[in-house]
Amino acid sequence: MSVSTGSRRVLEKGPSGWLAAPALFLFLLFAIIPLAGVFFLSFTAWDGLGEIKLDGLSSWTTVLTDPVTGNALWVTAKIMFFSFVVQAPISLLLGVFTSASQKYRAVLAVLYFVPLLLSSAAVAIAYKALLDPNFGLGPGLGVPFLAQDWLGNSDLVLFVVVFVIAWQFVPFHTLIYQGGVRQIPASLYEAAQIDGAGRVQQFFAITLPQLKYTIITSSTLMVVGSLAYFDLIFVLTGGGPGYSTRLLPLHMYLTGFKANDMGAASALGVILVVIGLVLALVLQRLGGKNRNASQLEGA
Amino acid sequence: MQMVKLTLRSAAIAATAAAVSISLAACGSSGPAGSAASADSATMWGLTGGNQPVLQKSVDAWNKAHPEESIKLDFFANDAYKTKVRTAVGAGQGPTFIYGWGGGVLKSYVDAGQVADLSDFVKDNPEVKSRYLPSVLKNGTIDGKTYALPNNNVQPVVLYYNKEVFDKIGAEAPKTWDELMALVPKFKAAGVAPFSLGGQSKWPDLMWLEYLVERIGGPEVFANIAANKPGAWSDPAVKEALTKIQELVDAGGFINGFSSIAADSNADQALLYTGKAAMILQGGWIYQGLKKDAADFVSSGKLGYTTFPTVEGGKGDPANVVGNPSNFWSISSKATDSQKKAALEYVKSGMFTDADTQALIDSGAVPVTTGIEDKLAASPDKDFLSYVYGMAKNAPSFTLSWDQALSPAQGDAMLANLDQIFLKKITPEQFVTTMNATIGK
Repeated sequence: MSVSTGSRRVLEKGPSGWLAAPALFLFLLFAIIPLAGVFFLSFTAWDGLGEIKLDGLSSWTTVLTDPVTGNALWVTAKIMFFSFVVQAPISLLLGVFTSASQKYRAVLAVLYFVPLLLSSAAVAIAYKALLDPNFGLGPGLGVPFLAQDWLGNSDLVLFVVVFVIAWQFVPFHTLIYQGGVRQIPASLYEAAQIDGAGRVQQFFAITLPQLKYTIITSSTLMVVGSLAYFDLIFVLTGGGPGYSTRLLPLHMYLTGFKANDMGAASALGVILVVIGLVLALVLQRLGGKNRNASQLEGA
Repeated sequence: MQMVKLTLRSAAIAATAAAVSISLAACGSSGPAGSAASADSATMWGLTGGNQPVLQKSVDAWNKAHPEESIKLDFFANDAYKTKVRTAVGAGQGPTFIYGWGGGVLKSYVDAGQVADLSDFVKDNPEVKSRYLPSVLKNGTIDGKTYALPNNNVQPVVLYYNKEVFDKIGAEAPKTWDELMALVPKFKAAGVAPFSLGGQSKWPDLMWLEYLVERIGGPEVFANIAANKPGAWSDPAVKEALTKIQELVDAGGFINGFSSIAADSNADQALLYTGKAAMILQGGWIYQGLKKDAADFVSSGKLGYTTFPTVEGGKGDPANVVGNPSNFWSISSKATDSQKKAALEYVKSGMFTDADTQALIDSGAVPVTTGIEDKLAASPDKDFLSYVYGMAKNAPSFTLSWDQALSPAQGDAMLANLDQIFLKKITPEQFVTTMNATIGK
């Protein structure tokens, strides 16, 4: 991301690197500086009110020996895995489906898009009301299956959370895939049809390989995004029952702002950043070394 | 989409991921304090719920009479407020009036030098001191200095019940723990949950532990814990109380799905007046909510209330009470001089005016002021109000809610572990060990 110097010849090589300056400045102000602050706070003891006292590694030992941290990591991993497994195929198929030009598909695409317009808090409050075992959808409609203790049962709640997350974010990824599919030149499909390839064959031989980078982008957002699921789960379950849905970002928030242990919360924040960076880089690596190679040879 | 420079993009996505994580770390620090109409007018944050209209009216009247010392008032939900105010005060964005409960949380503000010492103000204005019930006033005092003054009503925890549901199975309100346990299968057989509980909010769970420990071991048990005596949680009363809670959970005493019910939305009260649950252990303040949400239920006399049952062999006086003696106003020590002046003027002559006191009583609450017996007797809610007033006045001991009495770190650990007790994820022994480790924190 280096910025080339102010030589006049820069123009010959492309747009000036200075175009990145406003974004870099904001990134520095709102990401790098707070990150440094969080890193510093992780070596202090601070209750949010009084003085910030240097405290060496004690926040780190607290966090790393606390079984709740391990549990939070495990919950995060489970939510990440299940979110990906549920969302990726659904949004890929919906994206391919809505990319075609028929009118009714355009109408459906608009309908699928609706959850994306709602804020996470609104989605969470709505689902909390719908899933209430005493006043929700189940008792309201008199359907015993729906009257389960969806959000209060430690074994069930994780899957409910994954479902609500999917309901909210599948439209977004569908949109990404829809755009990706529309970029695939029609000539590829025409050629395949002439060669006698069926619909399923076309999907696996053309659509899927052509979507390689779209899949990587969408997956990165899904996996790294699941490290940031906070608002929805905070409102829906508050991390409960017990620690069943207390994933890492929520654990960080509750440690910092409920238990008022900013040192430990900062240590958790640093862990979260490191995991996020590693995951994002690994997923980008999956794209292969020669990432600028055209996928459209022969098109 | 594939045409963009992927090297740049990978870096950008990684960076975005980092930024997302960081923005989480920074969230919660913004407050509406900056949006005050005039930068120098006093600001006040109150709680939504039963007392909201009373406080609004009081401040409106004050602002009308004192436009030069006006107060800007905002309201927040209970659970959200507790998080927000602390962060805001820590960031120097707090309100002039800090709403609180006294106890260990107040002490943490005092230790950080965030709230003003009101001792001289109280000394110079004896009429302020004399308007309060002395037993309530002392909860705003730390190390002999006054840092907080009561601002609303006494809130003992009361056992409410639905008389209609009780009549249906021909039961009486339980007077002892054994009677309470015996009622559980009867209500279950009638298709009614014995107890409603807002378990997701966690603090309603605490009312059970507070009363059981009080009844079994007396007020000394928690006094020792609050005094940070090493091993204070090991008192046998704590273990017995936790065991009883788990027995009640095992017996199906609490409504299906209690751990996903939030008390902030009043869903726990709704279960009582809709007859889905027979009883609820909750604060005196829910009477105001019931009066508003279920006026018929209250006015037709279907709402019953009683004290927490006694426990056989228990040491605690059955007249002892737990709950919140009142809420309090502290004045921010970081406020400007003119904000402080306006705030103190309001405390002196703007609150507990005749109109305020009457509005509190009309809402179904008992003000913490003296000389209100006649007004209580004239209220349509006189039965409940005199009951609560008598309960608070005659209690040999009135223990402050533990999550407020302890330091925030201890309080949070206690609520998290008690939640685990109700879910049967940990044993009473584990609770005691974990909590003993938090002593002094």
